Amino acid sequence: MSTKNIAGKTIEVNEEGYLLNMADWTKEIALELAKEINLPPLTDKHWQVIDYLRKNQAEGVALSLRKVGNSGIVDVKELYALFPGGPLKKSALVAGIPKPASCV
Amino acid sequence: MKKLVILGAGSAGTMMANHLAKTLPKSDWAITIIDQYENHYYQPGFLFIPFGTYKEKDVVKPKRKFIPKSVEFILAQVSKIMPEKNMLELKGGQTINYDILVLATGTKIDPSELPGAQEGWHKDIFDFYTLEGAVALHQRLQSWKGGKLVVHIQEMPIKCPVAPLEFSFLMDSWLRKKGLRDQTELIYVTPLSGAFTKPTCSVALTHLLTEKDIKLVPDFGTERVDSTAKKLHSFDEIEVPYDLLVTIPTNKGDEVIGRSGLGDDLNFIPTNKHTLQSNAFPNIFALGDATNVPASKAGSVAHFQAEILTENILHFIKGQPLKPDFDGHANCFIESGNGKALLIDFNYTTEPGFGTFPFPALGPMQLLKETRLNHWGKLMFKWIYWYMLLKARPIPFITAKMSLMGKKTAKEAKK
Repeated sequence: MSTKNIAGKTIEVNEEGYLLNMADWTKEIALELAKEINLPPLTDKHWQVIDYLRKNQAEGVALSLRKVGNSGIVDVKELYALFPGGPLKKSALVAGIPKPASCV
Repeated sequence: MKKLVILGAGSAGTMMANHLAKTLPKSDWAITIIDQYENHYYQPGFLFIPFGTYKEKDVVKPKRKFIPKSVEFILAQVSKIMPEKNMLELKGGQTINYDILVLATGTKIDPSELPGAQEGWHKDIFDFYTLEGAVALHQRLQSWKGGKLVVHIQEMPIKCPVAPLEFSFLMDSWLRKKGLRDQTELIYVTPLSGAFTKPTCSVALTHLLTEKDIKLVPDFGTERVDSTAKKLHSFDEIEVPYDLLVTIPTNKGDEVIGRSGLGDDLNFIPTNKHTLQSNAFPNIFALGDATNVPASKAGSVAHFQAEILTENILHFIKGQPLKPDFDGHANCFIESGNGKALLIDFNYTTEPGFGTFPFPALGPMQLLKETRLNHWGKLMFKWIYWYMLLKARPIPFITAKMSLMGKKTAKEAKK
């Protein structure tokens, strides 16, 4: 665990950079995090995915690629295009939620 | 007379039938177990069939043999569960009422989730998660002369998450014995970022892949397979060509769970991960591969769960609060080839580490290390499975809740 100064706020993150408290998240933080991991500029679709992830996480739903692919917002292929190189890991990071542990 | 119905007479259901037959008072409770198939398969044995170590007869026995005489066994397909009515309907229309329902409906592969696989199924594309698949692969290997052999996991979670690794290690061993290893490129394609899910274990197992010259392709999100060009395609346009593809397709819970509206998007039953009670209906419980709990889908897990669930069913009957005792305990042998195996022991919060098992310092088994004794442990396990585990006879010194004694973390082991 460590702290991080980002977008004018001090937040707690884990060793992989995931926010520890999803309540610390702001859109400004998301924009900075997206830059840090070299995502293309965030579009409406990105924000819709981020909202979906945050909403489901808050409700305690286990998130998976399949789940997001069935969300009606994007299919899995589109999700890969939005968040290249590990769409679930990267979208979760930007959305300020823990890295989904869909695998045991 | 009250009625407890167990759905599914695989490992988990059979163990529950044996536990409950011993614990529930026969004067008050009638127990019924329902399954659509006659035969019980020793699923951990499927792994050895492609290499000729086991034959079909080693892994099949009639289910009835393991079900206690006091338990009614119904051989039928269940068409629907109606939890609001505490009732289920068999194919053909007969209905059965229950006071308590235990779901042990398992998980199985669904190759239709891998677009393009159908055309090459059991020609150049094989599974070893079914008896037919394992037997067909054994036949195919007899004419193997070399080329690209790809072991592939489509999507997590899968039953026995170490099985694909074990398969790769045994494949390496088999190819060396046949003098075909130099002509064969072994490739391991996984949606995970490393060889395994748990970090310490992943490091040890990734090391074994490297040592055996098995190429790791991580973070592979499979979109489809082209059976004509013989290539796997990922969502982000990576291609992996193969001559022989051994795939672990998407694993799903039973269709009856989906049909009855009791499952998630993969037909796994949303279940309390500590009490094993269904999240939706208090008189429904679930265990084994059928649940969505974040534990390994493995027989050892079902074994530990069965002990805890039996106690919780007794608590439920007496109107007492359930005990949140299931800690995610799993215990698995990992075959590493050349007559050796590793052993791992872990739960929800403690990842597999080094140490000895089951006794601190004495062992005799070594955790997360390749030894011959672990391999013999794995082979002996078939006997334990058929004659002790299914009958719910206690296994000495191995407790449902994981013990931390004799275990070391990766950091401690380095000291």
